[in-house]
Amino acid sequence: MAGKAESLNGTVKSGSNQSGPAAMQASAFKADLSNMISLKSFKLKTKQQELLIRVSILLLVYVLAFITRLFSVLRYESMIHEFDPYFNYRTTLFLTEKGFYEFWNWFDSESWYPLGRIIGGTLYPGLMVTAALIYWLMRFLRFAVHIREVCVLTAPFFASNTTLVAYFFGKEIWDSGAGLVAAALIAICPGYISRSVAGSYDNEGVAIFALLLTFYLFVKAVNTGSLAWSLASAFGYFYMVSAWGGYVFIINLIPLYVLVLLITGRYSMRLYVAYNCMYILGMLLAMQIRFVGFQHVQSGEHMAAMGVFFLIQVFYFLDWVRHALADAKLFEAFLRITVTTAVSFGAIALGVGTASGYISPWTGRFYSLLDPTYAKDHIPIIASVSEHQPTAWSSFMFDFHILLFFFPAGLYFCFKRLSDATIFIVMYGLTSMYFAGVMVRLILVATPAVCLISAIAVSATVKNLAQLVRAKSKAVQSGSSKGTSTAKGSSKGLVDQSQPFQRNGAIVLLLGAFYLLSRYATHCTWVTSEAYSSPSIVLAARGAHGNRVIFDDYREAYYWLRQNTPPDAKVMSWWDYGYQITAMGNRTVIVDNNTWNNTHIATVGRAMSSYEDEAYEIMRSLDVDYVLVVFGGVTGYSSDDINKFLWMVRIGGGVFPVIKEPDYLVNGEYRVDKGAAPKMLNCLMYKLCYYRFGELTTEYGKPPGYDRARGVEIGNKDVKLEYLEEAFTTQNWIVRIYKVKPPKNRW
Amino acid sequence: MAKLVVFLTLISLLPLLCNSFSDDKPSDRHILVLLDDFAIKSSHSLFFKSLQSRGFDLDFKLADDPKISLQRYGQYLYDGLILFCPTIERFGGSIDAASILDFVDSGHDLIVAADSNASDLIREIATECGVDFDEDPAALVVDHTGYAIAATEGDHTLIAADGFIKSNVLLGSKKIEAPVLFRGIGHSLNPSNSLVLKVLSASPSAYSANPKSKLTSPPSLTGSSISLVSVVQARNNARILISGSISMFSNRFFRSGVQKAGSPTKHDKSGNEQFLTELSKWVFHERGHLKAVNVRHHKVGEVEEPAIYRINDDLEYSVEIYEWSGTSWKPYVADDVQVQFYMMSPYILKTMSTDGKGHFFTSFKVPDVYGVFQFKVEYQRLGYTSLSLSKQIPVRPFRHNEYERFIPAAYPYYGAAFSMMAGFFVFTAVHLYNKPT
Repeated sequence: MAGKAESLNGTVKSGSNQSGPAAMQASAFKADLSNMISLKSFKLKTKQQELLIRVSILLLVYVLAFITRLFSVLRYESMIHEFDPYFNYRTTLFLTEKGFYEFWNWFDSESWYPLGRIIGGTLYPGLMVTAALIYWLMRFLRFAVHIREVCVLTAPFFASNTTLVAYFFGKEIWDSGAGLVAAALIAICPGYISRSVAGSYDNEGVAIFALLLTFYLFVKAVNTGSLAWSLASAFGYFYMVSAWGGYVFIINLIPLYVLVLLITGRYSMRLYVAYNCMYILGMLLAMQIRFVGFQHVQSGEHMAAMGVFFLIQVFYFLDWVRHALADAKLFEAFLRITVTTAVSFGAIALGVGTASGYISPWTGRFYSLLDPTYAKDHIPIIASVSEHQPTAWSSFMFDFHILLFFFPAGLYFCFKRLSDATIFIVMYGLTSMYFAGVMVRLILVATPAVCLISAIAVSATVKNLAQLVRAKSKAVQSGSSKGTSTAKGSSKGLVDQSQPFQRNGAIVLLLGAFYLLSRYATHCTWVTSEAYSSPSIVLAARGAHGNRVIFDDYREAYYWLRQNTPPDAKVMSWWDYGYQITAMGNRTVIVDNNTWNNTHIATVGRAMSSYEDEAYEIMRSLDVDYVLVVFGGVTGYSSDDINKFLWMVRIGGGVFPVIKEPDYLVNGEYRVDKGAAPKMLNCLMYKLCYYRFGELTTEYGKPPGYDRARGVEIGNKDVKLEYLEEAFTTQNWIVRIYKVKPPKNRW
Repeated sequence: MAKLVVFLTLISLLPLLCNSFSDDKPSDRHILVLLDDFAIKSSHSLFFKSLQSRGFDLDFKLADDPKISLQRYGQYLYDGLILFCPTIERFGGSIDAASILDFVDSGHDLIVAADSNASDLIREIATECGVDFDEDPAALVVDHTGYAIAATEGDHTLIAADGFIKSNVLLGSKKIEAPVLFRGIGHSLNPSNSLVLKVLSASPSAYSANPKSKLTSPPSLTGSSISLVSVVQARNNARILISGSISMFSNRFFRSGVQKAGSPTKHDKSGNEQFLTELSKWVFHERGHLKAVNVRHHKVGEVEEPAIYRINDDLEYSVEIYEWSGTSWKPYVADDVQVQFYMMSPYILKTMSTDGKGHFFTSFKVPDVYGVFQFKVEYQRLGYTSLSLSKQIPVRPFRHNEYERFIPAAYPYYGAAFSMMAGFFVFTAVHLYNKPT
């Protein structure tokens, strides 16, 4: 590594000498000399040439990964996207203003009124600390950047770093060619871009980098058996734990991998060192994160790692006993006794721990990963989130494109050249593919594996084909040196027996591969610019004349709240908008996107689905001053509260059985027009969304009160509000804010 | 003389200066009296005199005077309103039922006197205040056992009522000995209104019907559910008095003697004057008006009010409550003022101790629960203005360095950690520097 860095510096230096201003100012003699030197330095050895190419490719990929994620900034502006990033932004702001200890102990009284939330103890601080460190570094270097810009660009920056890790990982698993391809593939893979465009300031932005880094360092540790690499992977794991709850995937995949190696008889001292060091240190480090705490020793999800840890000790012990015992038969008996006792002891410990409550059972989220139907039946709050839905085939195609076809080919190559490293990547690929199928958002976790395995396929194929092509020319110009890296015996043998048309076939196949890859690049760029660069806080649509129309209603509403309501006003809305209201509106919310208290959310759901007078009681008990609803009937914006409403009913009904889903449906059908259920037409959410909507003509040739999002004429056009009054409606009616009236004066 | 001029100019400026009772002097000063005709001014002069003698400035107007208005340039001109115009169908000027209710809703006081044949307008105002008059326009309250014995044998519509509400705040500390003469229509209270109170109720034998016609169907209002005089204290502490009789305010009723049927004692003077004077004192905030000031809370041993408390902090809470005596603020004395430490439900409910000088205080420990709490004082006593104080205060959990450092239970762990370290060190030394034999 160090050697490469030096030679890289060398080439760069010679280049700068040639074009540097110093050379221009110098005398002709000196110029000649420097010319000669640079000419000499151009005559690089093949190895150096290859290094130069590799480094420049990597550099280009690094830059590409960054700039392809800037579409959102160019299309809209430098802003934070979506929902969760606003919370991350708010906390980062707090961190940079108040310092780390205040952040660590932050009790936020502005969310989850009146319960409050211990922010410091219920978040993964990795992302905020990373951004704050970058910010402080920039400040130290006298770059007067705003923290928002740092937050916006954190995800692209880490995506660039991920490409480097992917290169080294690919190199570790296969060869440097595969590494390069992997870096290039992951730089533009839509599955990853979806969560790492500029402005998508979310945990996943840095977590994928940390995930891949941990895996890379662990594989490196297993390959080398070095304590240092293992230690590094423990720190990588620590960073991952601090950044994202997805660390559970690591702490289950690595033990699974170790288990597979143990079963397949690949147990080695290298593995023993790597796993023990990584597990123990990683566990101790992870406990330092407040949100994780003692979960590593107390939660069912982390027990697999501990079990494998004990198992590997048993293996080591048995190994030692085998050395000590000469008699094979005696050892056999000893083995049987030891294994039986170890297994039964482990089972008893697990049973006692679970029964006594010391080991907590698996969480709902974990269950829903293993059984995709679990959430739908038991936890509506998880099932209600769109990114927790099972993945459709189309989105696999959309996010992976041709990688989907390279993936099995890559698996084939991996199986053909089985090693500890390829076993790891195969397991990573297969498990993450399963999880990607269960939940849409987990495509993200699968993306690095898919890119790496596909890279192996691409690299190995192209290399084989290129060798076929070059074999003929080699035969002509004899004595030239062979390819860059070690050629395989099998392919060499194949070349020797080659038929004449094989060369043409190889050329055609090569061209085909390049065509596919170029299609991939086009597709990725298109997807990035069209689908994944929308901030979703500002909406864009095509107007009647093909012009671009921007709906900036969200920010309009939040700024209205900030400037026109008392500072201690409490705003009730569905939990989706909680983070945005606190971050942009600076007002207290009842529930937000950190869905930690189901009852509280259900209370809000109940209020929204009750009649106005019942809802008024609930709102009074929660001291609600304003109610905010999102309504798309005027613009045709379909992810509004009316379309989310059934989830409010389900979540509310899950805790308060007075709310029954069938009351809102007609023959199992959800409608808002004249045929809708009476309760639906008079519940608070309906009234708030459609208040005064019956007077409005939204579309030419349609009756007034025509809902463009649902494409129907609404059923209750004469909405009267008794306990609330309209306070603000944005330009396109997307956000509507109502004020809760005080109780009647004389009654 | 000069003093009087200054006084008069000040008085004339007052309507512009005050729009409702101020915190400094809650009693009303300017009262508009709307009359059916000016004869009432003289026939009810005793009642008006008692008001004027207490410092009120009465402005008599005919109810259909086209120039009357309650407010000018968004400012109310009066602090109180007396409607002695039971038959009015339409007010003159800009006044209508809605504007009178707005007047009340912005914190002003109202006295409504109805009579038989009360107009729909008066009925509407009463209904909005939770009082429903008998719908029969000719109906009067009739009581064949509780009537006042008069010189001529009448139809028993002149009632000697003594069903007073038991409240010193409303009716003064002096007991009203003589019954109150009443002739007028009865009303019932709307059960869904929780703020309206029966001050003078009819006896169980009373009923409401037209005394001139024969009773064909059972009367709709009977017994002690009939209210003769009712008061409402709105949530904003505006006070309303509604009476079914305008004649009970009259000089004739004030002066006449009374003997209740079946009672041997004959009173020289009816209770009307005492009853209505005391009640008007209450209505116009001369009595029963509380104010709370200097709400303070701080940690024990500190003075500054913190922005946030920690769980298990010891804190002190204090508030000063004063009562308006008509001329000055007097310390309020009670032993039932309670403070709540409230988050969705009261976690702590404590009765505050008092020093007799209006200072109420208590101290307690913050519960072991974090969240956004409120100090709440909800003091609602019959006749008094309701005190509803709430002050929001967040309660945070311990900081990372506020936990106790060296607890005895942890010593085994410390011991284990250090012995492990030492053992490892020794083991390494032995392992490295000891050649295997």
